[in-house]
Amino acid sequence: MSNTTTNYIGKPASRVDGRAKVTGEAKYAAEFPAPGLTYGVVVSSAVAKGTITKIDTAAALSLPGVLQVFTHQNRPGLAWFDKKYQDEDAPPGTPFRPLYDEKILFSQQPIALVVADNFEVARYAASLVEITYETEPHITSIKNRLHEAYTPKEYKSAEPSPRGDAEKGLAQAEITHEAEYSHPSEHHNPMEMHASTVVLAEDGTLTVYDKTQGVQNSQNYITQVFGLAKEQVQVISPFVGGAFGSGLRPQYQLFLAVMAALELKRSVRVVLTRQQMFSFGHRPATIQHLVLGSTSQGALTAVVHEGFAETSRFEDYTENLVNWSAMLYKCDNVQLAHKLIQMDAYTPLDMRAPGGVTGLYALECAMDELAYKLDKDPLELRLTNYTNIDLSKDNPFSSKELKACYQQGAEKFGWAKRNPQPRSMREGKTLIGYGLATGAWEVNQQKSSAKAVLSPDGQLKVTSATADIGTGTYTIMTQIAAETLGLPLANVTFKLGDTALPQAPLQGGSWTAASVGSAVKAACEGIQEKLLAHIRNLKEGPLAGVQKLEEVLFADGKIILKSNPAQHMLLPEVMRLAGENFIEATVTTKPELRQKKYSMFSHSAVFVEVLVDEDFGTIRVTRVVSAIAGGRIINPKTARSQILGGIVWGMGMALEEESVMDQPYGRFINHDLAEYHVPVNADIHDLEVIFVEEDDDIVNPLGVKGLGEIGIVGTAAAIANAVYHATGKRVRDLPITLDKLM
Amino acid sequence: MNSFTYFRAHEVAAALTEKATAPQAKFIAGGTNLTDLMKVNVEQPHHLIDIRRLPLNKIEETEENGLRLGALVTNADTAYHPLVESRYPLLAKAILAGASAQLRNMATNGGNPLQRTRCYYFYDTATACNKREPGSGCSALNGYNRIHAILGTSEHCIAVHPSDMAVALTALDAKVNVTGPQGERVIPFPEFHRLPGDTPNIDTNLSPDEIITAIDLPTKGFAENNAYLKLRDRTSYAFALVSVAAALELEGNIIKEARIALGGVAHKPWRKPEAEAQLVGKEANPENFAQVAETLLAGAQGFGHNNFKIELAKRAIVRALLQAAKMEEIS
Amino acid sequence: MQKTAEKENLEKASVALPPTHTVTLKVNNTEKQLQLAPWVSLLDALREYLGLTGTKKGCDHGQCGACTVLVNGRRINSCLTLAIMEEGNDITTIEGLAKGDALHPMQEAFIQHDAYQCGYCTPGQICSAVGLLSEGKAKNEHDIKELMSGNICRCGAYTNIVAAVQDVMQQKGDPANE
Ligand SMILES: Cc1cc2nc3c(=O)[nH]c(=O)nc-3n(C[C@H](O)[C@H](O)[C@H](O)COP(=O)(O)OP(=O)(O)OC[C@H]3O[C@@H](n4cnc5c(N)ncnc54)[C@H](O)[C@@H]3O)c2cc1C
Ligand code: SF4
Ligand code: FES
Ligand code: FES
Repeated sequence: MSNTTTNYIGKPASRVDGRAKVTGEAKYAAEFPAPGLTYGVVVSSAVAKGTITKIDTAAALSLPGVLQVFTHQNRPGLAWFDKKYQDEDAPPGTPFRPLYDEKILFSQQPIALVVADNFEVARYAASLVEITYETEPHITSIKNRLHEAYTPKEYKSAEPSPRGDAEKGLAQAEITHEAEYSHPSEHHNPMEMHASTVVLAEDGTLTVYDKTQGVQNSQNYITQVFGLAKEQVQVISPFVGGAFGSGLRPQYQLFLAVMAALELKRSVRVVLTRQQMFSFGHRPATIQHLVLGSTSQGALTAVVHEGFAETSRFEDYTENLVNWSAMLYKCDNVQLAHKLIQMDAYTPLDMRAPGGVTGLYALECAMDELAYKLDKDPLELRLTNYTNIDLSKDNPFSSKELKACYQQGAEKFGWAKRNPQPRSMREGKTLIGYGLATGAWEVNQQKSSAKAVLSPDGQLKVTSATADIGTGTYTIMTQIAAETLGLPLANVTFKLGDTALPQAPLQGGSWTAASVGSAVKAACEGIQEKLLAHIRNLKEGPLAGVQKLEEVLFADGKIILKSNPAQHMLLPEVMRLAGENFIEATVTTKPELRQKKYSMFSHSAVFVEVLVDEDFGTIRVTRVVSAIAGGRIINPKTARSQILGGIVWGMGMALEEESVMDQPYGRFINHDLAEYHVPVNADIHDLEVIFVEEDDDIVNPLGVKGLGEIGIVGTAAAIANAVYHATGKRVRDLPITLDKLM
Repeated sequence: MNSFTYFRAHEVAAALTEKATAPQAKFIAGGTNLTDLMKVNVEQPHHLIDIRRLPLNKIEETEENGLRLGALVTNADTAYHPLVESRYPLLAKAILAGASAQLRNMATNGGNPLQRTRCYYFYDTATACNKREPGSGCSALNGYNRIHAILGTSEHCIAVHPSDMAVALTALDAKVNVTGPQGERVIPFPEFHRLPGDTPNIDTNLSPDEIITAIDLPTKGFAENNAYLKLRDRTSYAFALVSVAAALELEGNIIKEARIALGGVAHKPWRKPEAEAQLVGKEANPENFAQVAETLLAGAQGFGHNNFKIELAKRAIVRALLQAAKMEEIS
Repeated sequence: MQKTAEKENLEKASVALPPTHTVTLKVNNTEKQLQLAPWVSLLDALREYLGLTGTKKGCDHGQCGACTVLVNGRRINSCLTLAIMEEGNDITTIEGLAKGDALHPMQEAFIQHDAYQCGYCTPGQICSAVGLLSEGKAKNEHDIKELMSGNICRCGAYTNIVAAVQDVMQQKGDPANE
């Protein structure tokens, strides 16, 4: 099979949507035209908590071209129950309802929507809306409030569960390390700001172009909140300008645009400003308390990991923050806690590798610190505590090539050249440091559907309502479909991001490749079956007598007889003989039950070199080697890009990103891209990605694990560890800005 | 952004006449700062006078063997101009350390020194700010003041001036040529910007009805020994936490003249003639540089989050001087 | 915040729309006549008035580079200039780079090197890279990184962006490689 031309899985392929992206033809949510389109601009609260006592919209309404100013006072009556506002990714609680009443729950809460004939008028009018507040004291920090922390009733992932007796384990320990690690809130800040264009047809149905990671989630939300039937609302999202989790929940621009369209009977576009991108979900700030105990040889005797995270007053947001500490290493005694502290701010929201990147940052820095106390190489320490069993569930791993990651990564990086002493490597005033960390991310397969349609011209159309937020979904689904049916890539089109298409899960948690990929493969196999049924009826010709799929090969655009490859037929030939105009198959795939007996994770080992200016504390990450065990890699080209992006994110988290909460105002104050720093081109140096071989036939039929998150996990810790190695100074509060090293 | 009318001027006189008829008007050049501030309703001019097509778009040598930078020459064209590169490399370096290639292609020499502070609160109309709204208070004093000033502050404002170019121009003793209803005048660069005092709303000594026509560089460009050192939160496309423009005239290892201006530490580029005098006749060495750093930072005061700037500035001064003296490589 | 009476009066007086002007923009070698108020940014004129949505809005404040277009061959942030100020200038957007079906070499290189993920920063990156090349100031990889830093890519495609730019430079025989 390996010498056919239609073997695409595992081979690099340029993005099938590349041309659209480089020519500007790719259309994002705010870019769809509509006749008579109107523009909505959101007015945001200036205060963090209190009551609106007066909204004066007279000046705004007096502007020619202003159609309406929506506020809590004139919004339409809407769904009553919380449940109706709960989207697929909603944490337990009472979801925020835009324009619900006069209460202010967080700074920059949307409190009015100005709709006008054009954007400029709406923007000006928005500045004329006068709001009077009665403020109440707010609390927008978790620092010094750990005593207020509570255990949520429900966790999104598995409840943190202890094992063994950590106290005893610590008593037995010969070496212990205890420390507190923290990081601030961070905002997703995808390049594209959240936007919805709601196009109203004459029959009153809505076509909604939304920035979302799941069109069906947006559709459900709209139908429930506005009491519409599914047939009345189609949500479309062919391209998403990055999301990183921000599109997992319908954001308020969607609500506002739909409301305005229905009320005004006009098409409406609402685009948030960059400042307003700081007004909703974000990575929650956490404070994490770690205690590690080990023998003098470095075998862990106890792990204590207690995480304290922010949440809002109205929803209990949790993520898998601490459970990593129970699965990553061999240790009999583990104690975990994950508690929440409420703030007068918006509910946190999953952000790239939610919980994993933050929880493992703490654990992996703690491991590094333990290694120094033990006078042991940090890599050795990891190997000493290596486990092939997920002790938190007592399950074997479906596959775990982490050891290969350590080996290949260390080799490529030149880890052996590291002088174990901190602050021992330098060139002039430049301190050099090496650091490493382990990463892990859980693999998940979700129920997904896909449809494949083969037409007589040999063209295959495959569809599923999934998303491509830059992950390469279009491309890898095309590869999977083309290879399964042995068609040239050019003959296959994959369509996504439309509620009219077969159901797919939200694009998050790195599960799209596994979930939708399995469905696409199955749908194409469905076509194979149908073709086979026709072949079975053939009385003559090259494939006459074929009874089973195993007898043939789908490759090179043909169906080939395995026993005699000279005998073959083109797919359209079979269709023509069978008198079929189309062959189609729609299939829904679900995770197989046997998966339950395994723990399924992707892993990584990240090696980092930093250069630190001794006088200034400025840090340059000069080299990163990220070795990934991520199952089967469908497209090494786009896969590498995903990991590179993850590394850049890790650098941002370690060194730059911080949503600064101004406490007196209870407001994220650096709410723009000039002061919320994300890495720029000049920050990036040598980044290297290694995909280690990893076969896994348990995770899903494709053997893929997904790569969206694993690249970021581990990177921040590796950088922090390298900074310590360079400087001898341990910074336990991210980001490591120069002032913290001075 | 509020509603405004628009006029395009082709001659300086026309721009001044237009301004006289509409005192609320603002000049717009590259637009990179004014448009930005208009979008957040910090600036709300009712009339814009587009001066970008004024014939102030040349770089010419002056009679005194200096260089005249037209106010409407872009920052990029200035930094890459052969005469600037060869005779005033300090200025070129400072300009190129600022903003981005795109912004430098828009930003003008007149607009750059007039850009306003990047103080978070100044930009956010939901907060109190004396610079934006005199008398409303200063949110930075007890707020998040990591990027704020440590020198020359007042109880009314602790903002810093964000320009890199202006730091070099201060060090180089440039002069600002302006034209107004009263005619022409020249403002020495070190006197161009003001300290906040109790009128932080006024950034500079330029009167609102005056136009900058050019910036003059004196003969002396310190082309041989100079350095611009900018410390910031990422490698590029970020404002300075602290920056230093250092220029030396050396005879062997002995300093004949020194210029040091600091950015990111005050409401204006910070220069102290007595500090510079302190170096004259001395040997270029780290100890002498450290002493001058102390003098420059004398009286510096932090406000909590920005305390680190005091030490950072001292170290940056030493490093920049070492670089200018070619005693240290520029990384 | 207390507003002075004077300021309040001014505000009240100004609650009106600005007069519009007939503005002729030369975009991708075609003259387009628009009736625009002066408060329309070049970026919004392209996206909302001319339907040229290839140029992206990532911040609207000069802080990301997504809106980069070429004006008279120079890369600028179209969000910070007013459309009316660009009258008479030659504006090139991402839609104007390809010649018919033939992509601009920079567009090709971005596809080849996978120099994007979500694609939202991409038109700005490409226009910026085209501007970088014609400026001719980038002498090495370090320069490319520095001079491309006005284009933020939140997806983190920087490594591949630099590779794509280097590739095109090499094709042009530019010394700026290595
Ligand atoms: C994201 C971002 C990052 C930046 N980073 C940096 C940085 O790191 N370092 C740095 O130094 N700068 C930086 N800048 C600022 C940039 O350099 C300035 O915005 C620019 O120099 C202003 O010039 P302009 O011509 O665009 O001014 P405009 O915005 O046109 O005008 C600014 C002000 O000057 C007035 N004005 C302009 N020209 C004249 C004249 N000839 N006579 C009288 N008045 C005039 C205008 O009325 C206005 O009030 C950054 C800007 C942005 C948006
Ligand atoms: S420091 Fe100055 S600009 Fe900033 S809030 Fe205070 S008064 Fe305003
Ligand atoms: S949109 Fe213009 S720079 Fe971001
Ligand atoms: S490709 Fe997504 S922001 Fe650059």
